[in-house]
Amino acid sequence: MATAIEVAEKAEREDIRSRWLLSTPALLIVFVAALGPLLIVVVYSFLTPGNYGDVKWQFSPDAWVSVLFERDVFDDTLSLATAYLSIFWRSVSLSLATTVLTLILGFPTAYFIATRPDHRRDICLFLITIPFWTNLLIRTFAMQQVLRNDGIINSVLQLLGITDHPVQLMYTNFAVLAGMVYVFLPLMVLPLYASMEKIDFRLVEAGYDLYATRFEVLRRIIIPLVTPGIVAGSILVFIPSLGAYVTPRVLGGGTNLMIGNLIELQFGQGRNWPLGAALSITLMAIVMVALLFYVRNTTRSDGAHG
Amino acid sequence: MANRFDVRRQNGFVSVAMLCFFLLYLPIATLVVYAFNDNDSIVIWKGFSLRWFHVAWNNALVIEASIRSFQIAAVAAVLATITATMAALATTRTKPYPGLTLKYAFINQPLMVPEIVTAVALLIVFSRIKIWTGYSGLGYLVSAHTAFCIPFAYLPIRARLESMDLSLETAATDLYATKWKTFLHVTLPLLWPGILAGLMLAFVVSLDDVVITEFVKSGGQDTLPTYMLGQLRRTVTPEVNAISTAFLLLSIGIVTAFFFISRKRT
Repeated sequence: MATAIEVAEKAEREDIRSRWLLSTPALLIVFVAALGPLLIVVVYSFLTPGNYGDVKWQFSPDAWVSVLFERDVFDDTLSLATAYLSIFWRSVSLSLATTVLTLILGFPTAYFIATRPDHRRDICLFLITIPFWTNLLIRTFAMQQVLRNDGIINSVLQLLGITDHPVQLMYTNFAVLAGMVYVFLPLMVLPLYASMEKIDFRLVEAGYDLYATRFEVLRRIIIPLVTPGIVAGSILVFIPSLGAYVTPRVLGGGTNLMIGNLIELQFGQGRNWPLGAALSITLMAIVMVALLFYVRNTTRSDGAHG
Repeated sequence: MANRFDVRRQNGFVSVAMLCFFLLYLPIATLVVYAFNDNDSIVIWKGFSLRWFHVAWNNALVIEASIRSFQIAAVAAVLATITATMAALATTRTKPYPGLTLKYAFINQPLMVPEIVTAVALLIVFSRIKIWTGYSGLGYLVSAHTAFCIPFAYLPIRARLESMDLSLETAATDLYATKWKTFLHVTLPLLWPGILAGLMLAFVVSLDDVVITEFVKSGGQDTLPTYMLGQLRRTVTPEVNAISTAFLLLSIGIVTAFFFISRKRT
């Protein structure tokens, strides 16, 4: 005789089983064409490079050693690999600079949108969403036309008589930075807007009643209220900046590589797949650290606000 | 009282916002204007003409790449949306059960990993499979695109499901509707805007992809974005501007449709 509890438990087990069945196709596709291959990258990073690309199935820690060190051709001593480290450093610092600049530009913009009346708010959001959904390559290409020696910036500079010959903007760190700020700005504005939309302006009013200045209201009321948006936006900008490939390739040329381009090089001309694999995992590790930082911050702020 | 004290005002914010909108649209505007340039150069203006649109339209490579882009995006978006809808039904409106968090992590995984890393991983695995099986068709691109489209399709569908309570479905069951009938006549019509939004997001994301496609494609499998990336290495003519402008119009069309659908919901 089945009791009511047993019947309920059986129904629940069946429910869970059907839920697993339903989600299997999606899980399978993600495993086959995204997650699984990542595990194989880990394996590849410990193998020996083949002569014409690909790998030989022979264990070798060389790839990992050369991520950090350089083996001297003559006496086999190891020294820090300055070339790779400088590319890592450029990637991290350019990504941080991108994050800060998009925040400086995006914060007032999101605030502006959030304080408009409803119908104008929709139009503004629409204007931010269009570049967001426009092909990244097209936006980078558009930026290239602005930065060229004969592009708008240089034309205006010469028209104003500031310089008489074009300033070289393309193929510099500045070009890569400008391109990334341009390309990732919507990723900062949208989450900032989402948290600013919820600001209770009675709190701001209370601040002014207590004789706060505009800056004090901004610093002590508005910014603390939208911290989750700031953190989310920064993560959304920082992570794709770090892995950027198209923007540095088109705007930075051959000399201003970022990690993404360095990885590609190993699979192309470099013909060192294990090194490429090791560099990929290093990049992923940096991203994971950033994500952990994000998770820790959001859980903490959730706790603080109840 | 013209100068009423506005608690929402912050000094300088309006100017920065205006600057921001200006900066966002200046490069795009330049790109579009020079698509109509009657000159071989993308910077020296000679006069208005549609000649580069004509050139692009008659370029067999461009048309072929565009068709391929649409085919891949259509198949990948439909597959991603169907599987994501099933996954969303399985992961919402329930109390936590073992493996639920794991499912979230799995489905959102393509969003967490830098695209270049996924691209390299797929290059490694698919080049091996190509050697083993001898198959080098569009299947690789389609499966790669489906995988990274799934989280984009999943998000709006899940959001929509979470805003629907179970009372209507319970009512249908009380009236002896079978599970399948309940789904078909109650859940699906309510969920439809979410599914449509997910489908469109997935389609655009697939259409826009450069990095993963660049690494996974075999010879002669250029999509429109990878074709353009290849063109950027050479001297660029306004033909690229013309292609970009057409692409831009398409994006604006889809975003507008998306806005319309998500607005009707509220």
